[in-house]
Amino acid sequence: MKDILELFLTFAKIGLFTFGGGYAMISIIENICVEKKKWITHEEMMNITIVAESTPGPVAVNCATFVGFKKKGFAGALAATFGVIIPSFVVIYLIAMFLNHFLEITWIANAFKGIKIAVGILIFDAGLKMLKKMKKQKFMLIVFICSTLLMIFITVLAWNFSSISMMLIAGAVSMVVFLIESRKAGEKK
Amino acid sequence: MIYLELFIGFLKVGLFSFGGAYAAIPLIRDVVLSYGWLDDEMLTYMIAVSESTPGPIMVNLATYIGTSQAGIIGGMLATFAVVLPAFIIILIVTAIMSKFINNKYVKALISGIMPCVIGIILATGSCMIVKNIFTGFTTAVDIKAVIISVILAGLFFGIKKDGKKLISPIALIAISAVIGMVVNIV
Repeated sequence: MKDILELFLTFAKIGLFTFGGGYAMISIIENICVEKKKWITHEEMMNITIVAESTPGPVAVNCATFVGFKKKGFAGALAATFGVIIPSFVVIYLIAMFLNHFLEITWIANAFKGIKIAVGILIFDAGLKMLKKMKKQKFMLIVFICSTLLMIFITVLAWNFSSISMMLIAGAVSMVVFLIESRKAGEKK
Repeated sequence: MIYLELFIGFLKVGLFSFGGAYAAIPLIRDVVLSYGWLDDEMLTYMIAVSESTPGPIMVNLATYIGTSQAGIIGGMLATFAVVLPAFIIILIVTAIMSKFINNKYVKALISGIMPCVIGIILATGSCMIVKNIFTGFTTAVDIKAVIISVILAGLFFGIKKDGKKLISPIALIAISAVIGMVVNIV
């Protein structure tokens, strides 16, 4: 019961401090669940990032369900998922009921100007950490550089090209390379 | 029956929203407009509110739209519906993942997808930092944003003990809100 409560409270805290979508949350979950509490390994965190990106639903919910399940089975998954959405539910409920002009409140708008920058830094940091721990094989580095450049172009030019299609292409390319290489290896034998 | 509509509408959003909230916005827009829950302008405003409040953007939108359409029960139903598919799918994936992750084909697939995801994340972060500083990609530099960026990056990457950052991501968010308020008042 204590573990369940801890999962709930930890993910409520994560939910309360996650602004601007899932990538920023990766940095926070990594910090708490991998470095501080050691609930999951860095490797598992990488895998769940990929799974979260390639399955539907908010990345935050995907991660919470995964960590909760790893730690305490179904009940843990329920507690963590419930925890991660409860802060946003309460905050948005209050806004929907009472604040029609939320963004026109000066100090909130100002605070958010700061938060937006922190979110950018956190996302950058999450990517940097993953890059440091990635195996530096030639093929992986090439995919990494191409994806980074392509994503920057997409963002700058505001193309309507979803990141999921990019991942699908990367997956397909690596599969083809793998099949060709294993066939070559087979011929040598 | 508004409750059923909210539930089904957001179940759809939860089931088909791959690749995070920004990729999901076109889908959310489609569902929300087709049921007539919000008009385009209100939706844009709500996306901005969702970005500046904590939590997943999809959950925020579901709670807001549910509440504004049908009170607290509507809010709960919409939120529950948007989360449900992700919850179930991850339970299934987690249960079978350990078997799949060591398969050589899965490994080959991951060796392509992993660097791609890292590239996407790094590019997204860099673009966000640049966008904040330039308030767009073509307009002038926002001096206040530069000041905030330098302070935050200095605090976050600069203060280390035993090679570990002393400022946690949550602390950074809290500090950034305070600095944002202070710098923008001056």
